[in-house]
Amino acid sequence: MSSRTLYDKLWDAHHVAKRDDGSSLIYIDRHLIHEVTSPQAFDGLRERKIEPWRVDSIIATPDHNVPTENRAKGLKGINDSTSKLQVLTLEENVKKYDLNFFSLGDERQGIVHVIGPEQGLTLPGMTVVCGDSHTSTHGAFGALAMGIGTSEVEHVLATQCLIAYKQKNMRINIEGDLLERVSAKDVTMFIIGQIGTAGGTGFNIEYAGSTIENLSMEGRMTLCNMSIEAGARSGMVAPDQTTFDYIKGKPFAPSGDQFEKAVDTWISLKSDPGAVFDNEFSFSSEQILPQVTWGTSPEMVSSIDEKVPEPRDFKNKENYEDALNYMGLKPGTKLTDISLDQIFIGSCTNSRIEDLRIAAEILKGNKLAKNIKRALVVPGSGLVKKQAEEEGLHEIFIDAGFSWRDAGCSMCLGMNPDQLNQEERCASTSNRNFEGRQGYKGRTHLVSPAMAAAAAIEGRFIDVREI
Amino acid sequence: MKQISNEFSGTFICLDKSNVDTDQIIPKQFLKSIKKTGFGDNLFDGWRYLDEGTLDQETSSRMVNKDFIFNNKLFIDSNILVSRENFGCGSSREHAVWALKDFGIKTVIAESFADIFYNNCFKNGLLALCLKKSEISKIFDNFNEDSVQSIEIDLINQVLYYGDSEFKFELDDYKKKCLLEGLDEIGASLKFTEQIKSFEKNYQIKNPWLFK
Repeated sequence: MSSRTLYDKLWDAHHVAKRDDGSSLIYIDRHLIHEVTSPQAFDGLRERKIEPWRVDSIIATPDHNVPTENRAKGLKGINDSTSKLQVLTLEENVKKYDLNFFSLGDERQGIVHVIGPEQGLTLPGMTVVCGDSHTSTHGAFGALAMGIGTSEVEHVLATQCLIAYKQKNMRINIEGDLLERVSAKDVTMFIIGQIGTAGGTGFNIEYAGSTIENLSMEGRMTLCNMSIEAGARSGMVAPDQTTFDYIKGKPFAPSGDQFEKAVDTWISLKSDPGAVFDNEFSFSSEQILPQVTWGTSPEMVSSIDEKVPEPRDFKNKENYEDALNYMGLKPGTKLTDISLDQIFIGSCTNSRIEDLRIAAEILKGNKLAKNIKRALVVPGSGLVKKQAEEEGLHEIFIDAGFSWRDAGCSMCLGMNPDQLNQEERCASTSNRNFEGRQGYKGRTHLVSPAMAAAAAIEGRFIDVREI
Repeated sequence: MKQISNEFSGTFICLDKSNVDTDQIIPKQFLKSIKKTGFGDNLFDGWRYLDEGTLDQETSSRMVNKDFIFNNKLFIDSNILVSRENFGCGSSREHAVWALKDFGIKTVIAESFADIFYNNCFKNGLLALCLKKSEISKIFDNFNEDSVQSIEIDLINQVLYYGDSEFKFELDDYKKKCLLEGLDEIGASLKFTEQIKSFEKNYQIKNPWLFK
């Protein structure tokens, strides 16, 4: 067989049938479900009077709507009646179809893209789907993981397959050691700045090179998570010893002889030496400084030592002017002169234990700057929270003036009570700086956890390496 | 022979922006609905109104942004939306397509689309149609907010008619068939039941750890 990319191999391994029209049926191994994009899909199943094809492939949890306080109250802790109805609807569907479920009271509850890997529900070689665009996260394990719409959620429930067309292959190579306190978040933001927010449209992105190989699993998840912000529905990293070590011992992962057998299979999941990519980019790790977004699209990003660009330096003038108006910024402003109102550390991009550790390391012995009105740390799962508490990280955050919360999507998308007020400016470790995303007329600057922690201390953006 | 598809043709409205994300098409607070309808009044809510909208709110009492084209009475009955590149980027929320459909949009024309949004359109009978940058520019250059213009679409032959111009467009056979025949995707896929089952059986033998 001719040389194939990792994506080609995953595609081939899950290819059930080719249809007359050129589309394919791709078999789905793991289906993650949350409360926002699933109710209409379950309604569809009922209208057809059919049952889910393979219940053991499904795992459900509420994450988008859930408050990050008063968790002990369970559903009663949700004051917004429409949010509560959505969570209740999920619970009813879970009961009706007897699905695996991590409820609000379960310590395993959390953001779907955090709990899948944490539980060993995401494994190399899998196809993973979820009605959420950040499903690309799971590609960190060498899985083909795609965000899907609600109609597709229904289709996968009904047939265990997704109708898909094969994407093109893109590889992004990064070589060298990252500069001190530069993280996977800076890498992904840098890439988006380089290739643009539509640069990966129609492609699967494989991340490769020594920089990527040296990333932890948490880092790889951050990287793959934001593939969608570069336009790619899926991004992936070939599994290696780092991957296998992470998976070993996870509750839903294979164990004993079966684990060894699985590793023997997983080890072949990499692009062949002669594999052809339709597009390829190469960067050096030294090019990557801490990144900060200044606009309303993730591609509106610069290094911390730069200024808000002049109109002539930005290709799309119309969007640029609207973005700066919305953000309340002037061209030529130094990023380090931008002062902040709120700090948010959390989201499926940056709420894992490694993210909390680095933020805590920087915050240790420091306090929030006086101008910071609120700072939230929202662990990605109940188990991340528990581990952080075992390590004493929560005390560092609380001593610094942060609010230590329960797991959920929180202020990444403001579907729950955690939101920005109008014109408040936030240093956020989330993934989208779209208008209104974190709250009506709120202003989002995307950064790494280290940069968010540094900004919390200074009250403005600062190069975290100077702390 | 020219075969105009009336259900995808009509008057159009222009949104001169690139990277229009689904958070703008339908903001987060409206995703709390568990229905597929009722989103039209909140299409582009953040741009359309000067106050913050909430789910199930009466829109007649809200402060309207008169400068936003979706509030121009001339264009209220538009069924085609024309925009720039990377339309529908961001969140996978199908609510974005439901909102466009609910407003009355049947066709979205752009220089390019984000993948998930593009797929979601066809699942709901919306035509998402890509034109070249120069062709999009021609439409924008001739557009003004004082008069209504039409676009005719021949879906079968994949030609768009605008004024004296004829623009060919690409569309794969499957999506075209879905729109023309209103294909039931799940029903069609379930015809492959035996193949899926036999695939699954072999696959489980090779990867037993994926089945519990």
